[in-house]
Amino acid sequence: MSLERFINQAVSSWMSEEGPDSDIVLSSRIRLARNFENIKFPTLFSHEEAQAIIAKIEEIHHESSFSKFGQMELLKIDEIQPLQKRVLVEKHLISPNLAEESPYGAVLLTENEEISIMVNEEDHIRIQCLFPGLQLTEALAAANEVDDWLENHIHYGFDEKYGYLTSCPTNVGTGLRASVMMHLPGLMLTQQINRIIPAINQLGLVVRGIYGEGSEALGNIFQISNQITLGKSEEDICRDLKGVVSQLISQERSAREALRKTSNIQLEDRVFRSLGVLSNCRIIETKEAAKCLSDVRLGIDMGYIDHLPKNILNELMILTQPGFLQQYAGGHLRANERDIRRAALIRERLKMEQDKR
Amino acid sequence: MICQECNQRPAALHFTKIVNGEKTEVNLCEKCAQEKGEMFMFTGGSGFSFNNLLAGLLNIEPSVQKQSQNTFHQEEILQCSGCSMTFPQFIKVGRFGCAHCYETFKEQLPPVLSRLHSGNWSHSGKIPKRIGGGIHLKKQVENLKNELKELIQQEEFEKAAQIRDEIRTLEKQLSSSNKGGE
Repeated sequence: MSLERFINQAVSSWMSEEGPDSDIVLSSRIRLARNFENIKFPTLFSHEEAQAIIAKIEEIHHESSFSKFGQMELLKIDEIQPLQKRVLVEKHLISPNLAEESPYGAVLLTENEEISIMVNEEDHIRIQCLFPGLQLTEALAAANEVDDWLENHIHYGFDEKYGYLTSCPTNVGTGLRASVMMHLPGLMLTQQINRIIPAINQLGLVVRGIYGEGSEALGNIFQISNQITLGKSEEDICRDLKGVVSQLISQERSAREALRKTSNIQLEDRVFRSLGVLSNCRIIETKEAAKCLSDVRLGIDMGYIDHLPKNILNELMILTQPGFLQQYAGGHLRANERDIRRAALIRERLKMEQDKR
Repeated sequence: MICQECNQRPAALHFTKIVNGEKTEVNLCEKCAQEKGEMFMFTGGSGFSFNNLLAGLLNIEPSVQKQSQNTFHQEEILQCSGCSMTFPQFIKVGRFGCAHCYETFKEQLPPVLSRLHSGNWSHSGKIPKRIGGGIHLKKQVENLKNELKELIQQEEFEKAAQIRDEIRTLEKQLSSSNKGGE
């Protein structure tokens, strides 16, 4: 398969399109946790109960079409290849937990991959909406629509006092996790991030790396999300998160401006060195690739580089993950083979842009 | 500061352990910390998961512990009729077994939830349509009544009067919406 065709198939809309403030905010995500009222949670449910839930979701999917967000497809976790699972995780369409630890898991996906409904993960149902740029309100509205659609067919576990009942007490209430993925190289370079993260934590928000809990902030990409789900309305949770994100955006912008003023040539040098590495490397590890991609993206945002599209960071960060590389290669690859493939893929991708000019 | 284990290298890790309310300061160099296995919490993964954290949080909550002991003394362990989960089990795994657990353990939950959600223990977001809008108003009235009490205690009578009027309007709405629903 040609790289161009592979990319076209592999890239979800949130990676290729641009949203508001997308020079800094890569994507916005909303997740709603819901459960059936009278079936045990996935930690305890039986094989039959798990099957019944999937059957119910299939029935809803077939009988009442929800065409607003396009055709949907149901994938059962035990029926898809391990590599494919990994690719879905790398695209943030399913959680690692669903891929690895949910034997009765399934996912209902829209064509543009903006909406995914995970079934039988930690909760019976997890609705997820992933939008490009800073679009929390829009993503929440979409998630609510999906929720209303499912609610017509399912009796959710709900309590007047505790709200939507979830398997883990940290999700009870709204069942909402709102998160925003941000590219913050300016705050990293000026070393402000170490001061900022504790402050964000104090506001009841969590800062993590690109692939969730415990993951590193690869390529200066940070995920910021709410911790509290009980006692605040969905709108308030999103508004509070958006408030902090807007602050971060303006701090990141002023950090970039300060860098331009104080060390313009050094920054330009850094950007073009990284571009040089990416265009010429023959072996490259995930970490180095992420660092260089971040530099190049910063160079694009700040106008040093004008021949590359902005979404190259989002796209290549995902496409150079182990699962994708192996899918592109068409089979299993060892770590050192992946580093070679990664280098080749990045070079080829950059050459595609050169050829376009 | 020098590492307390080898007394040679400078300490690189400083943390405070709190076990049953007892504080211990620990200062180790990186090498000793790795040898002592204290590093597990910094390397992520390797068995130290959110579950452990949550279980730890639930365990140190004194009122939860007291209550679970009480039920033990009465030789009546609280067990959910929906999924047979007991409260000690819940504390251990940090996950409920079914929606009914919230009802079964309702006496024990407020301190647990308020700890996890910065002092909140009552939902104020979306409500499924089948349950209806009446709850929302009821909730608002409840919140305002609490506020009213506080204001009276603080002798803020002017503000209290405003809140009282608000409660009256909401109660009127509530009774008319109830009639409408009948």
